[in-house]
Amino acid sequence: MDFGFSISPSSTINLDKVDFTLYDRLCEIEPDAKKCMACGSCSATCTAGPWTGMSVRKVILGIQRGKESEAEKMLKGCMLCGKCTMVCPRGINTRHLILSLCRIYGEGER
Amino acid sequence: MKDNIVIIGGGIAGMEAAHQLLLLGYKPILVEKSDHLGGHVADWHKLFPDMSPAKDAVRDLEEKIKEANIFLETEVSFINRLKNGYNVMFTNGVNVICKAILLATGFNLFEASRKEEYGYGIYNQVMTNSDLERWFNTGDDKRINGKEIKKVGFVHCVGSRDVKAGNPQCSKVCCITAIKQAMEVKEFFPDAEVYCFYMDLRLFGKKYEDFYIKAQMESGVHFIRGRVSEVSENIEGKVIVKTEDTLSGKPAKVTLDLLVLMSGIVCNKQAVDTASLVQVKTDSDGFLKSKDNILNIIETDSKGVFLAGTATGPKTVPETVAEARAAALAIHNYLVTLK
Repeated sequence: MDFGFSISPSSTINLDKVDFTLYDRLCEIEPDAKKCMACGSCSATCTAGPWTGMSVRKVILGIQRGKESEAEKMLKGCMLCGKCTMVCPRGINTRHLILSLCRIYGEGER
Repeated sequence: MKDNIVIIGGGIAGMEAAHQLLLLGYKPILVEKSDHLGGHVADWHKLFPDMSPAKDAVRDLEEKIKEANIFLETEVSFINRLKNGYNVMFTNGVNVICKAILLATGFNLFEASRKEEYGYGIYNQVMTNSDLERWFNTGDDKRINGKEIKKVGFVHCVGSRDVKAGNPQCSKVCCITAIKQAMEVKEFFPDAEVYCFYMDLRLFGKKYEDFYIKAQMESGVHFIRGRVSEVSENIEGKVIVKTEDTLSGKPAKVTLDLLVLMSGIVCNKQAVDTASLVQVKTDSDGFLKSKDNILNIIETDSKGVFLAGTATGPKTVPETVAEARAAALAIHNYLVTLK
């Protein structure tokens, strides 16, 4: 029956239901993904970020929280300039990580 | 030789100070209210960053202070001020005239049940950092034994950085303790998912940041930035934790088999009473008041009364030991000037 209204979906992240398959796969190829401490250096230096919403920090976090499609959307803004890799204090090769992620997403499409 | 020195508190601060005073040729009197030396460290399992057994550290100090006069299960009944010293009466009936007093009275662990929203003492599967150390030591806890432990959470800042709980100070050592315990839990239960709920990680000490990276890289601990707001219990007896994942800017919840509360270091109320007998006041943070907090942390405004260890605020083991050594030297220098 259609009442003309419905309940708004909850924005709560339910960690019980998060599927870690993609995150685990990413960590296999890019173990350094686990090293991220969410400092935000990568996002602050990102040339594409202000215009496209790209943020490496948020991509990694999104995958950790099961927001895979949001992460994928953000990745499309990346120009692979590599500035984020230069500033990462934990030495994560973020550019390589982005490429690996694109490859994983590509595998899914095939 | 020489002059009597009374050390109040038989934790590692009191023990190390006694050890150094013995080396300087004094015969200090060490009083401890419990039936054993070592204080909180004696109840701990392993110490960061070397992960050496806490009982070895206590045993090592015990060996070094055999020559001291040690009164266990003894407290101070009263202290009278004399012209150049103090007359201290103990609960065991011993009466001592001494030139110097060292207050090494330590801290109390925050009573986790006061944070009712975290459910300690209400829900079965909630324990404290100290309960977990006891389980590491004894292997005896019905919250863990015989239970399937698949998901474990650690709540940072329980009773610390909490103005409403009366403890605005950072307890300093809980961040690294939580990471240490998270990694130890992962060793016991390799398949378990382990979560740390933190506001920010204050990993100031030697090798602490290495612990953090190791917890992320090797142990796979999940770090969720956000202070836990409430805990509830489901019909299966598991605990449901609610927090905001502040990095995502969204509320988050997770069901856990075991929740560990990182109870903070708070001032020892009994120590405040003892300190008042020698006119040592409390500072604005509730801990005992030093002469100043930069160059004279060990000294007080009362002549011949000194401080060491967590009596003046949260400290690590190496910091406490270093301060105890400094206090022993300060007492020695003070006694020399009296002559």
